[in-house]
Amino acid sequence: MDKTREITLTVNGESVTARVPVRMNLVDFLRNELELTGSHVGCEHGVCGACTLLMDGRTTRACLTLAVQADGAEVVTVEGLAASGRSAALARAFTERNALQCGFCTPGMLASAVTWVEGGGSAERDAIRAHISGNYCRCTGYQSIVDAIADVAGSKAEDAA
Amino acid sequence: MKAPDFAYARPADLGAALALLAEHGTEAQPLAGGQSLMPMMNFRLAAPEILIDLSDVAELRGLERTRDTVRIGAMTRYRDLEDWPDLGGTLPLVAMALPHIAHDAIRNRGTIGGSIALCDPAAELPAVMRVLAAEIEVAGAEGSRRVAADDFFTGFYETACGEEELIVAIHVPVAEADRVYGFHELAQRHGDYAMAGVALSALSPNPIRSLRAAFFGIAATPVRLPDLEAALEGLTACEAQAAVTAALEGLDLLADTKASADMRRHLSGVVLKRALEAM
Repeated sequence: MDKTREITLTVNGESVTARVPVRMNLVDFLRNELELTGSHVGCEHGVCGACTLLMDGRTTRACLTLAVQADGAEVVTVEGLAASGRSAALARAFTERNALQCGFCTPGMLASAVTWVEGGGSAERDAIRAHISGNYCRCTGYQSIVDAIADVAGSKAEDAA
Repeated sequence: MKAPDFAYARPADLGAALALLAEHGTEAQPLAGGQSLMPMMNFRLAAPEILIDLSDVAELRGLERTRDTVRIGAMTRYRDLEDWPDLGGTLPLVAMALPHIAHDAIRNRGTIGGSIALCDPAAELPAVMRVLAAEIEVAGAEGSRRVAADDFFTGFYETACGEEELIVAIHVPVAEADRVYGFHELAQRHGDYAMAGVALSALSPNPIRSLRAAFFGIAATPVRLPDLEAALEGLTACEAQAAVTAALEGLDLLADTKASADMRRHLSGVVLKRALEAM
């Protein structure tokens, strides 16, 4: 049986077609084939959350997803979030709150934070913590990360009121 | 690490998927959400020759309510259930359990059928399905059959689903109006594997009337002890805690770096008490 397969997917708004080894995971495809190195590779078993990105609008572990499984999907990485402005308010809040130290977890944190804020998530700290519980920060800067997400979620709720 | 080399097939329907399973036998591994299988492959604990991706198999999808049952297609993702507006009204115990299952991104991909098929000792849904007396529908070359959840989880990562069969759907009875449901889980971090947890239903929680309870995270499979359920009749939550701790004495419980068998026995009483008190 063929060990490669042709896939077509949308990455950050652009259609991409490529022939990939079936064992290649999505984050390696994005980083090594498309040179989108914003999605990070940490544990490679779905625990650290560094590779979290959006697939069909939902946060997804790109290390637990094969590139062939993304055939037909719409993938948005941290580069796409930044280019479209979707993460602009969060990026500002992360800077203001000093919510990144080494920055390794940040792309995954932003992907999780974007779905929280866009989904109408509250500014309640416990709820934010539960939502980002799948994203490790090895610098342990959680307080300021929660601060930043709470700022954006809170101001969004105010705007809506 | 990366997964070892494998071939990949994405059958378009159930018949094609079963034919591939029959053709490749134990060398094949069905791929549902991949949230447990892919880590196992990346760790090289699993090394299938061929992955059979079930994502295009229409027969495994769908979420349908009939009068007293909900049919959950095996490839239904946790997120699909969480987003289903009827969930709280029809399957309140499932609604209670879902937020405890791993993390947001894992629930977006992980499937109900995958959880039932894997039968991880710490998994919430096998215990929930035992409490709700759900039936698991499996299909093979000979057609499909239904297995009661109480008979389905047979051992450590072992189920009654044959090697050439696939789980098609889980049929879950909708909540009974006179029963109340409870759930409690203890893990080191939200979404981590449970050290002990319990799913339960009762006519009244405190004092207990007509309890049905399944513990998870403490033994190879979800633990349901009908003798214990009968013995708890009429007890308060506090009395039940002590009774559970005593009843689990002598059972073969899990022990790992997170919790010894004795600690799991103790925590089983704690989760039952807390679940009852919160009902």
